[in-house]
Amino acid sequence: MTEQKQPEIKFVEGIVPDAVEDVVYRMCPMHLMRLEERMKELKKGQILELQTDYEGALVDIPDWCRKTGNELIGVEDTGEFFKFYIKKTVD
Amino acid sequence: MFRVYLDHMATTPLDREALAAMLPFLENSFGNPSRIYDLGSEAKEAIEHARESVARLINASPGEIIFTSSGAEANNLAIRGLAKANERRGMHVITSEIEHHSTLNAFRSLQKEGYVVTFLPVNSYGEVSVEKLESAITDRTTLVSVMLANYEVGTLQAVKEIAEIAHEKGALVHTDAVAAAGNIPVDVRALDVDALSLSAHTMYGPKGVGALYLREGLRIVPLIYSGIQEEGRRGGTENVAGIVGFGKAAELALKHLDKVERVRWLRDKLIEGVLEVEKVELTGHPEKRLPNHASFIVESVDGEALMMALSFEGIYIGNGTACISQVLRASPILLAMGYPAQRAQCSAIFTLGRETSKRDIEYVLSKFPGVVEKLRQISPLWKG
Ligand SMILES: Cc1ncc(COP(=O)(O)O)c(C=O)c1O
Repeated sequence: MTEQKQPEIKFVEGIVPDAVEDVVYRMCPMHLMRLEERMKELKKGQILELQTDYEGALVDIPDWCRKTGNELIGVEDTGEFFKFYIKKTVD
Repeated sequence: MFRVYLDHMATTPLDREALAAMLPFLENSFGNPSRIYDLGSEAKEAIEHARESVARLINASPGEIIFTSSGAEANNLAIRGLAKANERRGMHVITSEIEHHSTLNAFRSLQKEGYVVTFLPVNSYGEVSVEKLESAITDRTTLVSVMLANYEVGTLQAVKEIAEIAHEKGALVHTDAVAAAGNIPVDVRALDVDALSLSAHTMYGPKGVGALYLREGLRIVPLIYSGIQEEGRRGGTENVAGIVGFGKAAELALKHLDKVERVRWLRDKLIEGVLEVEKVELTGHPEKRLPNHASFIVESVDGEALMMALSFEGIYIGNGTACISQVLRASPILLAMGYPAQRAQCSAIFTLGRETSKRDIEYVLSKFPGVVEKLRQISPLWKG
């Protein structure tokens, strides 16, 4: 087995978002599709809270942020699902 | 031979307009709706158009419709999916004793997984006891599922009242509207339900396609895992032709709702005529019932024998459901309503459709007494 390098993720609490997208229990790749759609609607500087129970998002969403140049502020783990906070930093 | 089909609760014929709408998607427009080229996007657009039509029929918004493979799947998805999505809040769920097996067995599957399931009893009309619901429901109850209309006795349930009680305790409400939709107006907002099941083939659409209405903003655990179909809530490449046929059927059902009064009038004529035969009793509620539904107990005449004998005269009726009744020959619904087993075998169900004519009813009434008499002559139970 090859060793997978996990990107470092900051766990946060109490971030106040400008928009919320709930994709809890929706199947992969809905978290990425909705992320892309919702980020398009936001203005630079605004924050999206994306809720998902999909563990793979812990890899995918940091990847997406790196690729698109947006900022992943951090992740809150509610125990039932994750809340990803993504700040729009590019137009 | 003259044929009269009066088993519309089992299934309806496919409307010609629905068939015509489906055909292109079984021929040239075969693209996968997930593909973004024209062949795919035309299929996708057709699905979205159907979603709008189905939503309109029940006063929902299109985003609240999840297409499934059947009414049974819609019931399973609602029950298992909502119970699982709310498991952290509680593991108590409530249904009734007279639901379709797709509901009953979905609840039994939860029971095996450690859920506590309350099966609400019904009165002799087949009405679910609202008082029993009030005493059974707790703050840990997450879901209440009661059908809108029963397919075997036609009785309409007080779903709006049930929803009010359930919501007060924070429980979600699902209703199986498979028997009701197309026969009475169905409005998810007026009923205030969180989830509602439909099936195309009981409203002149094709078999093998159904839908679940799920109130916007609610989470549901999928039943079938795959990818992005149905917004990530129901996997599997879509039954495009089936969905398109369903959409057309929903559009027509809405258009034909004004035919209900004519159907009710014919149904009442049928009831009147059938009750002229001695020892025949109407089952279900006399008024609070589907307008196309007439169901009876024909004393000392086995329901299956009657169904077969009438079919030899070109008359097609129903006789309750299979399931354990295949062995016990008694309808579990009639048993739940308090009928003794022997009488619960003698169920005859006549369900009319929008194509049913006065001539059809007259034909049935001309044959029914003779067929019953013949069967009674050979029945060991008939005392004359
Ligand atoms: C009340 C009710 N619920 C559910 C179903 C199941 O629907 P389907 O046959 O599409 O699985 C039926 C079938 O006729 C039904 O009458």
